[in-house]
Amino acid sequence: MNTDKPTTYSDGNTSAFIPHAPLQTATLPAKLITKLQRRSTLALSTASVLGLLLLWYAITALHIVPALFLPAPQAVWQKFIEVSQQGFMKATLWQHLAASIGRVLPALLAAIMIGIPLGLWMGMNKWVRAVVDPLIELLRPIPPLAYLPLLVIWFGIGETTKILLIFFSVLAPVIISSAHGVSSHQLNRERAALALGASRMQVFRHVILPTALPHIITGIRIGLGVGWSTLVAAELVAADRGIGFMVQSAAQFLITDTVILGIIVIAVVAVALELLLRNLQKQLSPWYGQQL
Amino acid sequence: MHTLSAEHISLTFPGQPHTVLQNINLNLNEGSLTVILGESGCGKTTLLNILAGFQQPDSGSIKVNGKAAVHPDARRAVVFQDHALMPWLNVAENVGFALKLQGVNEPKAWEAVADILQTVGLDHVAEANIWALSGGMKQRVGIARALISRAPFILLDEPFAALDAFTRENMQQLVLDLWAQQNKAFFLITHDIEEALLLSERLILMAARPGRIVQTLQPGFAARYRNGEPVRAIKSDPEFIRLREQLFENLRNQKKPTADEAA
Repeated sequence: MNTDKPTTYSDGNTSAFIPHAPLQTATLPAKLITKLQRRSTLALSTASVLGLLLLWYAITALHIVPALFLPAPQAVWQKFIEVSQQGFMKATLWQHLAASIGRVLPALLAAIMIGIPLGLWMGMNKWVRAVVDPLIELLRPIPPLAYLPLLVIWFGIGETTKILLIFFSVLAPVIISSAHGVSSHQLNRERAALALGASRMQVFRHVILPTALPHIITGIRIGLGVGWSTLVAAELVAADRGIGFMVQSAAQFLITDTVILGIIVIAVVAVALELLLRNLQKQLSPWYGQQL
Repeated sequence: MHTLSAEHISLTFPGQPHTVLQNINLNLNEGSLTVILGESGCGKTTLLNILAGFQQPDSGSIKVNGKAAVHPDARRAVVFQDHALMPWLNVAENVGFALKLQGVNEPKAWEAVADILQTVGLDHVAEANIWALSGGMKQRVGIARALISRAPFILLDEPFAALDAFTRENMQQLVLDLWAQQNKAFFLITHDIEEALLLSERLILMAARPGRIVQTLQPGFAARYRNGEPVRAIKSDPEFIRLREQLFENLRNQKKPTADEAA
């Protein structure tokens, strides 16, 4: 009987009952090459940003463009210190930033709380998809500024309008990505779970949801990008604080260094949030993008 | 004694001119090793899907222990060609997936997982990520996941089709070892004649258009392996080679176009 003795396999392996195939992992030189490549791309990206700063400095140092239109980097840095400490339009830079985040965050949370379940439901149920999909497709291409006046008529000029404007711009990508996440799951994984005795609810919990997770995070990333860029539009309406408001107010008085400072702050915060979410995606779905 | 039976199974897909399966009758008993051999498109995967409860036939029924089994359940575990593992779980978690679904407590589940990983030779990669494994190792995980569920029927859908010849033969040996050790019914579909001959107590030949059973053999090579004969010796046996060539001829004759098709 071959049941209770070590099997001799065609590779001559008799040390174990079943031969142990070597685990396919990257060899040390390959890892080193990847690390070097990553460092090289990081160095290139840093050089690209530094190059832009240098170009900006050169243009202003050579007085190619008047300072009214393009102040020097050091002037913007001075403005950064000044607005951080003394403020601009009755609030410091940090108070403006907090006001803006205070608008984007609730809008994002609401979009996540409504958009993810709705998107998952859309992905699971063709009838729900038939109802919701055309509405999302209608909402998605409309620029937020186009429905801003309508929101003002309906909800006035208070915080509700600003948060709603950002909410609607975030909602569509979150719903679409969540629905796509569900539809991207492999039929055979669902079947494997069913053949192991899983209920429909367990298939959803243990197969569909983990498959959809990286797509949901991608939706939040896209949504947050769109929401953050809608901020300036939202803060056009009777705001007295916020980064968008700060940029708009400074532009009206031709205070270009404050305008540029505001733009840089908006960009830096957006990049920081993007990196945070990208890292979260990597932590929660390390398998995403791997050769499976 | 557990039994899985297909009675008078027929199926036609809407809009297709040919009958996919025509009056298939089949019985799988506990401890049996059955292989379906047929060319691509003869309906063997559809038959497996019907046996597993993934697909409903137009007529006929699937019965487990004499009772109708319409939907998939834990009595019929499936091993897929594309392994269908959960990449967000590591090797041990994939293998223990069925136990998690059943709510088995963790220490007991880990004990069972460790045991089965040793059986399939994966105890050294229990914590590894799925994507770090070779194709053969992924299939071992798939087989271990099916075994741990304690399903009396293990249905294997061309599990080794994507593997290289060397790994393939090791996996064939693994199936034979598991069949010899465990009192389960193994049902495997393949288009590889050599694999079908080696891995079957009972070999069923299917033909296409319409998908039907045309021949049933009892080659006896699996029993010879169980009695201690090495795989290489079996595969180079003149009787094995003669049957292989005969089956090849049978399959080739089936592939010849009919007068209608030729016209």
